[in-house]
Amino acid sequence: MDRVGIEERAATLGKRSIKTTAKEQGIRLAVSMVDLTTLEGSDTPGKVRHLCAKAVCPAPTMPEIPSVAAVCVYPSLVGVAREALEGTGVKAASVSTAFPSGQASLDVKLRDTEDAVAAGADEIDMVISREAFLAGDDARVMEEIVRVKEVCGEAHLKVILETAELGSYDHVRHASILAMESGADFIKTSTGKASSGATPGVVLVMLEAIRDYVDRTGRVVGMKAAGGVSVSKAALHMLVLVKETLGDEWLTPERFRIGASSLLNDLLMQYQKTETGRYARREDFSKE
Amino acid sequence: MATQETRTSIRWDYAPAPESPEHVRLRDSYGLFVDGDFRDPSDGTRVPSINPATEETVAEVAFAGPGDVRRAVESARAAQPAWAALSGLERGKYLFRVARLIQERARELAIVESMDGGKPIRESRDVDVPLAAAHFFHYAGWADKLSYGMGGRAVEPLGVAAQIVPWNFPLLMAAWKLAPALACGNTAVLKPAETTPVTALLLAEILQEAELPPGVVSILPGDGSAGAALVREPDVDKVAFTGSTAVGKNIQSALAGRGIPLTLELGGKSANIVFEDAALDQAVEGIVQGIFFNQGHVCCAGSRLLIQESVAEPVVEKLWSRMAKLRVGDPLDKNTDVGAINSREQLDRITELVASGEEEGAVRRSVVCELPDRGFWFAPTLFTDVAPAHRIAAEEIFGPVVSVLTFRTQAEGIEKANSTPYGLAAGIWTDKGSKAFEVAAALQAGVVWQNTYNHFDPSAAFGGYKESGFGREGGMAGLRPYLRVST
Amino acid sequence: MSERLPVRKTYKLFIGGAFVRSESGRYDRAGAFNIPRGSRKDVRDAVAAARKAGGPWAARTAYNRGQILYRFAEALESRAADIGAPSEDVEASVDVLVHYAGWTDKLQPVLGGINPVAAPFLSFSVPEPTGAVGVIAPDAPPLLGLVAELAPALAAGNTVVAVLSEAEPLPGLDLGEVMGIADVPAGVVNLLSGRRAELAPVLAGHHALNAIVDASGDAELGAELDKLAAESVTRVRHSGAAASYADATADPLGRLEAVTELKTAWHPVGA
Repeated sequence: MDRVGIEERAATLGKRSIKTTAKEQGIRLAVSMVDLTTLEGSDTPGKVRHLCAKAVCPAPTMPEIPSVAAVCVYPSLVGVAREALEGTGVKAASVSTAFPSGQASLDVKLRDTEDAVAAGADEIDMVISREAFLAGDDARVMEEIVRVKEVCGEAHLKVILETAELGSYDHVRHASILAMESGADFIKTSTGKASSGATPGVVLVMLEAIRDYVDRTGRVVGMKAAGGVSVSKAALHMLVLVKETLGDEWLTPERFRIGASSLLNDLLMQYQKTETGRYARREDFSKE
Repeated sequence: MATQETRTSIRWDYAPAPESPEHVRLRDSYGLFVDGDFRDPSDGTRVPSINPATEETVAEVAFAGPGDVRRAVESARAAQPAWAALSGLERGKYLFRVARLIQERARELAIVESMDGGKPIRESRDVDVPLAAAHFFHYAGWADKLSYGMGGRAVEPLGVAAQIVPWNFPLLMAAWKLAPALACGNTAVLKPAETTPVTALLLAEILQEAELPPGVVSILPGDGSAGAALVREPDVDKVAFTGSTAVGKNIQSALAGRGIPLTLELGGKSANIVFEDAALDQAVEGIVQGIFFNQGHVCCAGSRLLIQESVAEPVVEKLWSRMAKLRVGDPLDKNTDVGAINSREQLDRITELVASGEEEGAVRRSVVCELPDRGFWFAPTLFTDVAPAHRIAAEEIFGPVVSVLTFRTQAEGIEKANSTPYGLAAGIWTDKGSKAFEVAAALQAGVVWQNTYNHFDPSAAFGGYKESGFGREGGMAGLRPYLRVST
Repeated sequence: MSERLPVRKTYKLFIGGAFVRSESGRYDRAGAFNIPRGSRKDVRDAVAAARKAGGPWAARTAYNRGQILYRFAEALESRAADIGAPSEDVEASVDVLVHYAGWTDKLQPVLGGINPVAAPFLSFSVPEPTGAVGVIAPDAPPLLGLVAELAPALAAGNTVVAVLSEAEPLPGLDLGEVMGIADVPAGVVNLLSGRRAELAPVLAGHHALNAIVDASGDAELGAELDKLAAESVTRVRHSGAAASYADATADPLGRLEAVTELKTAWHPVGA
């Protein structure tokens, strides 16, 4: 991995000009890929229910805007989300494994996951043990993923690398490979709690890792960019990275997700601007 | 109400994003820029300059005849003493003005560069025009520091410089030539390329706006005969040429016995060497940047791809799938990666060489893409099973065509890389620093890019070894060709 | 008691570190001596020897090349009496060698450096030898005129094929013997006596030659060499005959630059 080359390529793709119909379609696509997320100590069942309503129907005045892909919450609230989303096609996702630090025993992480699955989580967002990874203990990193995957059962497993803590693109790629080899359905950049998240360079490296893994094994793995993707331009940049690295087959919520809390409304504002030619204001769309 | 169906049925591609040429103020017809003004040719002609993407006329341009050439050299001669007598600071201030004016008119210059030459607007906008401004800015600052750049020696300008630039980077090459010549106190007569004269004429307007004294720069569009006349003018003190090796040899020969300092920046068949320990994805990007940048119309293009055998297959496959994502088409579209071939003549040359590659038994793959009906186009092309003796491995194609050869050991890679009469540039891809530096030292090339390719900067010398020419442009070394050491 | 018969020297060309007769078998008379008249094939052999020696010579450290040039000066000084040239010619030649011995490790800092590029790269430019250099020595002074062109070419890391003074070839041929005891590696300097008008064009037209330094002072020959050089874009410098130490060192950097390439390398910074 070579940082200068990676960032040059990622920046070049950031210069793609996405206008008119491409912008409208891109925004709609991005909305459909959002994992609408709330991960606060202050989250309550009420807030989660509001968020679920927003997820199913992001903009009542613009019916062509699709539902988002999933709502992502802490395990204690996944049951609430599951109930609110029943029959809508929007998935209930839960973080687990002592999110965000992952600093707990494997037993605790497994119990955490079992709880979330039992509460009806369709998708589990686990964190890798950076403590093990940075100490060079690849085997433990992999074993944890394999064990969590076992308790996931039918639930899809997204494996968070927390790239900001890995220290280099080489590590990002290596961690991506470990996660995929251990059975991850998705690999995911970040918890959203670290100093940086889904930077274009990190996303590019992970997409390339997926491409090489899929080429080698034939098993499809998805990608989730999370953390710091809060404006439409950044989201469209992500779509360009996906399109030109993995191809159009990955431009679907089945294979690409954007984890975000504030992005959705920016997408809606930009969409409205494209439609009406007028700049929108924040309060045009409900926060939840 | 949103549904899952609306969600998964969204198909996405980039809409056309053409840069609007509305902002551009081109004249219908341009004269020769001589002695500070646009003038009718006395014994020249008027020729349309063609947009290679549409075959439409960009503008009509006067081509200089021999009498025009003489008059321009006379005006340069007349203007030179006063220009050289200005303090370095004042000369520099004119060049700073030019740099600023290029920045101010950047968008217009970029659009016209893409219209006249066929290169993608992304490149003219992000590379050609900003680098042209940067060159003037860099050399502006040298004008009052010349002896520091010459090892402390006392120096004086040579006099009148005759400068001929190619069609691949019309404005940028004009800047490479003019900025150091003027900073050193020379005056210049510049001949832009036959197929791409328009941005040089916009530069002439900028020189007027900058109030550069008349005669300090003349710009004479024309064909090869104008260039031939220019370098043979008896009152020229310096010749600088960028273009083909064949023409460069003619010029060197024509100047035989005259003691006129000459700078040649000629062709290449540069090796881009990928070692087995390279970061392969970045190497693939570097290969793409090396050969498809500006449709491969780049003298230092990495046209000979040397891959270590152990990774040849994955690199070629990665490259091929990356090539499929190249967006070929309208140069003015901001999402275009590969634009139009500069002229029909160049397209014919590329076509002929590619056909020879197939005849000689190399395996050709060309990207399948929709190409416009009008204009000159060539799909990005990859040759494998290339032998060093094949024409496509030895001759400069100057198009979007890369020839893949393999090597087994570092020594063999170096030997193959150096096995060419050219010596302009090379690329090295390896994760091992000690290897990169050892190989770089062993390559006979004026520019060696390690884990990158086709980067340029006004502070970094550029120029060739062997038949890729002599003399350097850029940086401190770029002053040397325009100064005489005074004793 | 009969008078002792002196042992005369047989003068030979100096090619690839060996003293050889001209393959043509031709000779010219110079005083009491037969001087080999070098041929086209001798030029070919000399260029081949210079090319072969080029890589290893260039790869030596600048310090080592400086020491060898200085050793060359020492050897010339100690053999001054054996050189068939006036002592001021020999002494100036020694001083020129000393001057350029000191250039070997100064050239890079003077001509090269780090380029402050506006991007995350370490970009640097370094001078490198151009390769095999042809030197056309002037007729006079026969030794200094040669050494003034030889020394900068060697200091910059090149190897040399020199066509010696046609009028006075003996000092140049004597220099070959000095080199034999001066640690100058075989092939780094090759010396050819003969007819300049015959040898110089062959040398300039040899495509394996990278640069030519013409100090003949002959404008007509110079123009011919220019034309031949153009066939393979060979670098040419025309230089007046150096008549004194001051001449030979008036613009040393200019002499060095004429036989130097500049290589610019780029390396990304960021892992």
